Amino acid sequence: MPLLKVTIDNIEVEVEAGTTIMNAARKIGGSVVPPAMCYYSKLEGSGGYCRTCLVKVSQGSFKDNRPMPKLVASCRTPVQDGMVVQNRTSPEVMDNRRAITEFLLINHPLDCPVCDQAGECHLQDLSYEHGLEETRTEEDRRTFDPIDIGDLIKLHMNRCILCYRCVKVADQITDNRVHGVLGRGDHSEISTLIQKAVDNDFSGNMIDVCPVGALTDKTFRFKSRVWFTRPFDAHRECAKCCGKTVLWMKGEEILRVTGRKDQYGELEEFICNDCRFHHKETTDWIVEGPRKIERHSVISQNHYEKLDIPENGEESE
Amino acid sequence: MAEQILLKNIDVPGLASYEVYRKLGGYSSVEKALKNYTPDQVTSEVTKSGLRGRGGAGFPAGMKWGFIDKKTNNPRYFVCNFDESEPGTFKDRHIGQLNPHQLIEGMILGSYALGARTSYIYIRGELFYVLRIIEKAIAEAYKNGFLGENIKGSGYSLDLYCQPGAGAYICGEETALLESLEGKRGNPRIKPPFPAVVGLYGCPTVVNNVETIAALPWIINNGGEAYSAIGIGNSKGTKLISACGHINKPGIYEIELGLPVEEFIYSDEYCGGIRHDHTLKAVVAGGSSVPILPAHLILKTAEGKPRLMSYESLSEGGFQSGTMLGSGGFIVMDETTCIVKNLLTFAKFYHHESCGQCSPCREGTGWMEKILHRIESGHGTMKDIDLLVDISKHIEGNTICPLGDAAAWPVASAIRHFREEFEEHVKLQKCPF
Repeated sequence: MPLLKVTIDNIEVEVEAGTTIMNAARKIGGSVVPPAMCYYSKLEGSGGYCRTCLVKVSQGSFKDNRPMPKLVASCRTPVQDGMVVQNRTSPEVMDNRRAITEFLLINHPLDCPVCDQAGECHLQDLSYEHGLEETRTEEDRRTFDPIDIGDLIKLHMNRCILCYRCVKVADQITDNRVHGVLGRGDHSEISTLIQKAVDNDFSGNMIDVCPVGALTDKTFRFKSRVWFTRPFDAHRECAKCCGKTVLWMKGEEILRVTGRKDQYGELEEFICNDCRFHHKETTDWIVEGPRKIERHSVISQNHYEKLDIPENGEESE
Repeated sequence: MAEQILLKNIDVPGLASYEVYRKLGGYSSVEKALKNYTPDQVTSEVTKSGLRGRGGAGFPAGMKWGFIDKKTNNPRYFVCNFDESEPGTFKDRHIGQLNPHQLIEGMILGSYALGARTSYIYIRGELFYVLRIIEKAIAEAYKNGFLGENIKGSGYSLDLYCQPGAGAYICGEETALLESLEGKRGNPRIKPPFPAVVGLYGCPTVVNNVETIAALPWIINNGGEAYSAIGIGNSKGTKLISACGHINKPGIYEIELGLPVEEFIYSDEYCGGIRHDHTLKAVVAGGSSVPILPAHLILKTAEGKPRLMSYESLSEGGFQSGTMLGSGGFIVMDETTCIVKNLLTFAKFYHHESCGQCSPCREGTGWMEKILHRIESGHGTMKDIDLLVDISKHIEGNTICPLGDAAAWPVASAIRHFREEFEEHVKLQKCPF
């Protein structure tokens, strides 16, 4: 199969047929990559809902060089040979991204100070980067009471942005689907028909895929802010999953176990509830070493695990 | 009165029964098509006729049929969209209730042309009484050999089912309709792929509006060329217009496309003028989602040409000074109407009916409703008006399905043409009507 040539923000890249604009941009990396609040490469059929990744296609392909009439969702649009895409270079795209960020925040409680996700929340990142400084809404926000959707997962529906990722997890990773979307429009909610019905070995992954603080780990809630914990790569023999995890530690204590996330916040591999919730002793794990955290993340504060020391042995200023 | 294609026998008592319908020449087009035409010939007659989709978008029906993927070995489906729920539109119900056999006849023709062995009529849940009428008609058609195995000895077999929805406007969007028909939550799918390639149960599918399908028997009986002789420009044939609001004679009219709007509103043959000798203020020409136009722009285009009831003429001037024919829900308002209140009603509807999948529509429709409510109840500010324009601009074109556009267009157009009225609400801090 010949590779397709696509240009994103004036950078050319060659990708296989069937690749989406999003994945082509991820191949280039850096600031060219559109933000994704709902797309999750490991979940089939995800993406297209949040509309934050909308980009402008200023040339459809070599064959048909007309621009596409509307902005397109980069996570769901396959590239064509000779496609020219504008992401950050298009003022229209950036203006729309501001608007979408505002839409996502209209009904969001903005309760970051008491939210466990703060510090690793994609919506926080998105609004720092694209949001307005002031709120233009004065209306009441929709509210729900927090509920338990299983023994180990707490749902704060107020914070949910309806990305449908957890629904796809429930659909694709777990055996019995007990969880979905109820209601319609801005009063629709992620829920289970029968209370506390989420009960299977891989349900904990719903917490990891949630881009906001809507689904949180009940064994970790209010224990610590994430930036006061230190992440370590670790693994154990597990019959159910790969057993490769990140331990979030404070002193000698393991406060939380999660899967390993890549630079786009996506799990490298799904892990089972056994590893996630029931192994919180350091003796359960073989610790590999400190987890590399991106410099821009608040979690990286106070982490001095490795300095890049030049070969002459002296650190340059 | 123009030639009546859809409503010709609508006043005949008992038309919903097979005997009466058959006596008036019903099902003759099926006999003709199965005997004399190959499926492709039926398609080409429809293409020749220039018939356009009557659900609102006005996409050429023959071309839509041409897109269906005939190369796969998967079964193909033909689906009738009877989820008529656009505010102001009530034409399909009229056909389904009074002349169900015409719809079934059209379904057989369409299914034959597309090679579908199973077809569905997806009917709006609120129209349960119409569902009963259609089911009775389907049973009669089976009994008389027009449905089922080996129709009239032609070797072609077809099963037809009528399925009610659960009362969601969004299920009128064709991919949401297919999801709902499959028994899932009625969320629109992300396109592409289009239903002509991946539709119902993942198989190639064509979805057409009731009125489009009901026109098929006439086209087969009289030929595509005869149909295309009616109408004007690229707007061929006749169209049902459901006229309502402040007119003397509200109701459903079959017009030849190209009729002047002025004649439609004022002639006694149609709407019969504005009620109580009031004056015309504004018209929503094609169901609540199309842009509203003030009196001077609906009667004449911006260039001063008379406005005609056709796809092209109504959209002349773009959204700056034009609108769309849409689904034919013709809502007339006189000078006693408050545009803001009317818009609030529409906004409330779209907020209620948004499926909640994609964020601009889910959050934006509710936001617009709240702001409009504020302005109408006398608490608005001048900034709110610009905020509304800004919100509508960012919903439009950014959503998965056209519901976002449908919610944004009325807001944008009402402010474009009636800004003073919004400002008056703000200045007086109450509704002036």
